[in-house]
Amino acid sequence: MAVSDRELAELVQLRPTQTLDAFKGVKKLPLEEFFTSGHRTCQGCESSLVMKMMVKAAGPRTIVLGSTGCMYVANTTYYSTSWVVPWMHTQLGSSGSAGLGTAAGLKALMRKGKIKDEPINVIAFCGDGGGADMGLSAISATLTHPDYNVLILMYDNESYANTDIQLSGSTPYGANTTFSPPGKLKRIMHHRWKKNMAGMMAAGHPTCRYVATVCMSFPVYSMNAVRKALSIGGPTFIHSLDPCPKGWDYDPMLSHELGELAVTTGIWPLYEVEEGVFRLVGKTRDIADGRLKRLPVRDYLLKQGRFAHFTEDDIAYFQSKVDETWEKWLVPGVIPFKKQIEEDRPPA
Amino acid sequence: MTEALATPPQKQLAADKTSLITGSEAIAVACKLADVDVITAYPIRPYDTVMQYVAKLVSNGELDCEYIVAESEHSQFEIVKHASAVGARVFCGSSGVGWMYAFEALTVTPALRIPMVAMVGNRALDDPGAFGVEHNDALAVRDLGWQLVWVDSAQEALDTALIAYRVAEDRRIFLPCAISCDGAFLTHSQALVKVPSQEKVKAFLPRYDRGDLLLHPDNPITVAPQVNEDWLMEIRRQTAAAMDRSPAVIREAYADFERIFGRSYGNPFFEEYQTEDADVVLVGMGTLSNPVRVAIRQMRQEGKKVGFVRVRWFRPFAAEELAATLGRFKAVGVIDRDFSLGSPYRSGVLATEVRAAMYPAPNRPPIVGFICGLGGREVTVPAVREMTESVYLAAEGTTQPGTKWIGLRE
Ligand SMILES: Cc1ncc(C[n+]2csc(CCOP(=O)(O)OP(=O)(O)O)c2C)c(N)n1
Ligand code: SF4
Ligand SMILES: [Mg+2]
Repeated sequence: MAVSDRELAELVQLRPTQTLDAFKGVKKLPLEEFFTSGHRTCQGCESSLVMKMMVKAAGPRTIVLGSTGCMYVANTTYYSTSWVVPWMHTQLGSSGSAGLGTAAGLKALMRKGKIKDEPINVIAFCGDGGGADMGLSAISATLTHPDYNVLILMYDNESYANTDIQLSGSTPYGANTTFSPPGKLKRIMHHRWKKNMAGMMAAGHPTCRYVATVCMSFPVYSMNAVRKALSIGGPTFIHSLDPCPKGWDYDPMLSHELGELAVTTGIWPLYEVEEGVFRLVGKTRDIADGRLKRLPVRDYLLKQGRFAHFTEDDIAYFQSKVDETWEKWLVPGVIPFKKQIEEDRPPA
Repeated sequence: MTEALATPPQKQLAADKTSLITGSEAIAVACKLADVDVITAYPIRPYDTVMQYVAKLVSNGELDCEYIVAESEHSQFEIVKHASAVGARVFCGSSGVGWMYAFEALTVTPALRIPMVAMVGNRALDDPGAFGVEHNDALAVRDLGWQLVWVDSAQEALDTALIAYRVAEDRRIFLPCAISCDGAFLTHSQALVKVPSQEKVKAFLPRYDRGDLLLHPDNPITVAPQVNEDWLMEIRRQTAAAMDRSPAVIREAYADFERIFGRSYGNPFFEEYQTEDADVVLVGMGTLSNPVRVAIRQMRQEGKKVGFVRVRWFRPFAAEELAATLGRFKAVGVIDRDFSLGSPYRSGVLATEVRAAMYPAPNRPPIVGFICGLGGREVTVPAVREMTESVYLAAEGTTQPGTKWIGLRE
C-alpha cells in the first residue's frame, strides 16, 4: 500500500518556511541591502546584481552558501565582504551539498531544541561551471530530498569566468573562450550545444517543488521567483542567465539590453515549474502566444565579441537550432523531445 | 569543558552494559551516546558497516539525527562540514578510494576549523581491487590538520569516538578527528564491549558550542573569505597552533575519561607492551598488535626480551615522548601497513616519521623498517618473529637499517 500524504508528511517533517509575498513592482522593493559595497566584480557584472537582488528578495533571516567562482573570489575579500547576511564558501562542486548540510544542521538543532525554532532561508548558489558541470550530481541529489528547505540558484555567466573565461557545459555553441579560441584551421572550437540545466532539473526531479529560469533584466519577476521558491520550501532550483562583460566581450553598459535580447530572441526562455505545473513567463510567453515576434539571434550574437568570428553560415546555423527549440520541441525551449512522439502514440 | 570538569567524581553514575559487538557497531553506539545531530553515509567496504548500524539505530528510534545517504563521498563530507558550521555535531566516514574521493572536502575541513569526527575503515587503495586493510587512505591527510588515531579493539573504538568528540569540539582545538579501524580485523570482528551509560557520557562530553564561529543570522559572519597572500600564512599558523594545543587537550580528555568511566588507557599517545626490560622493540599501528603480542609472548618464553609500542595518535605525533621511549632499546623495528614509494630508505610512512622523531634524540638506536600485511594480508606470528630477528641483527650491527617487505612472494 502506498504511503498516504499524512504518513509522508510525518516521514519528511519539513520545517515551516517564511511567507514572502511577491513584490508588486520596482517601486515597492525594499531599500535595505544585504549585499552591499566591498565587492570587486567587473563593471556591468550581472551576476553580482543577481546576488544583490537574490538576497534583497530573501531578507535578513537567510544563510547564503556560495561555491567557488567570481561570486566568491570577487565578493568576499577579507575585511571587505559584501555580505550582510551570514555567508560561507563551499567547494566548486558542492553547492548542492552545502545547502543540504546547512538545512539539515538547522533542522536537527531546531527539532532537538538545541537552537531557537524559526524559519531560516537557506540559499546555495553556484556558477554554471560549479553547477551544470562539476556540481551536477550533488545538486541533483539535493533536489531529490523532500526533507529540507533549500534553494539552489545557479548564476550562469556561460563560462568558467573566474579562471579567465574557459568554456563550460553551459557555454553557447561556437563562443570564443580561452579554451576555445578560433584559429587558422578551426574557426569553431566549441561545437557542443548548451546544457538545458533548468529543464533537466525540473524533468528529472519530481520532488523539486519549484524551478524557474530568470534574468536580472527582469528584476521584479526574478526576485519574486526567489521569494516563491523560499516560501514554497522543500528543494527548489533557479537558473539565471547573466551577461558578463568580460567573458562575453561587450561594453558594460549593454548588460541589461543583452539579457533582454537573450529572452526576446528566444535563446533564453523564461519559465516556472511550480509543484509540477509549467508556465511560460513574461516576454517568452508573449512570443509563444504570438503577441511578440521573436527577434533574430544575430541581434544578440553580433553585439558580443565572443561571437565576432561567426560567419553568416554560423549565424544561420545558430538561428536554425534556436528555431528548432521553438518549433519542434515538446515544450518550446524547455523539453527537447520532438513533438513527433505524440504522433507515434499507438491508437487506443 | 569546565562543565565536565566540574562533575563531582563521587556521584554514582549508571553502570556500563556489556555487549558483543564489532568495531563498527561500537562506533555507531558512540554516535548514539554522543547524541550526534547529522550523519551522512555512502557505501564502501569495510567502513560502511558503521552506517548500517547507524541506519538501524535511526529506524528503531534510538538515535535522533538527520541521517542522509549522499550521492558520493565528496558530498557526504561536504554535507556534514556545512552542518557543523551551523552548530550540529556530525559524524561521517569512509574507506580506501572513497576517502580519496572526498579528498577536497577533507582538505578544507580542518582549515575551516570544523570539528568533524570520522571513521576510516582502513582499506587498500584500488587498483588493483582489494578490500583488505592498508593505512594509506587515512595517512593521506596527515599534513592537513586532521587529528588521526588508530585503535585496535572494539572497546577502544567506542571510547576513542567519545574522546574524539571531546577533543575535536574543544574551542582550543576545533579540528577534525579521524578514527582508523583496520578493515575486517576490527570493523567486522565482534568482541565484548562495555557500553557506558548515557549519564556518564553526558558528564564527559559537553555540548558542541561553535561560539563566535557559528554561521547563523544572529551571527552574520563571512566564512572562508578570499585572503590570498595577505593573510593565508597567519591563518595557517592559527590552525597549526590549534594542532599544537591538541596533545594537552588529548591528555586532559583521557584523564577525565578515566575519572568518569573508570577505564584507563595509560599514555594516550602510544601503548607499551612488555617494554620494561626489552632489548629490542617493534612499533606499529592498529590490529597487527594482536599477532605481535602473541609472538612476543612466545619469544619471551624462549628468553628473547622483545617489546612492542603501539602508536595510537599519529596526529598529533608525540615525537619527543616516543623518541625518549625508543631511545631505551638496542634497536627498533617499525612495521608499516602502508607504503610511501620513493621515500627515504624506501620505508613506510610510520618508519619515516619515527626516524624523523629520533633524529634530535640523545640515544638513537638503529631502525629497521618493515612493510607488511598490505591489502589485508594477515600479519602472522612467524612474520613477527622474522621481523624481530632482523631487529636483533640491527642491534648487533650486522644489517644495514633499511626496509624489508615481509610475507612477500618473490
Ligand atoms: C575543484 C576545483 N577545480 C578548479 C577550481 C578552479 N576554479 C576556481 S573558480 C573556477 C570557475 C568556476 O566557474 P563558474 O562556476 O562558472 O563560476 P564563475 O567563475 O563563472 O563565476 C574554477 C574552475 C577550483 N576552485 N576547484
Ligand atoms: S568576469 Fe563576468 S561574472 Fe566575473 S566579475 Fe566580471 S562580469 Fe562578473
Ligand atoms: Mg560561470
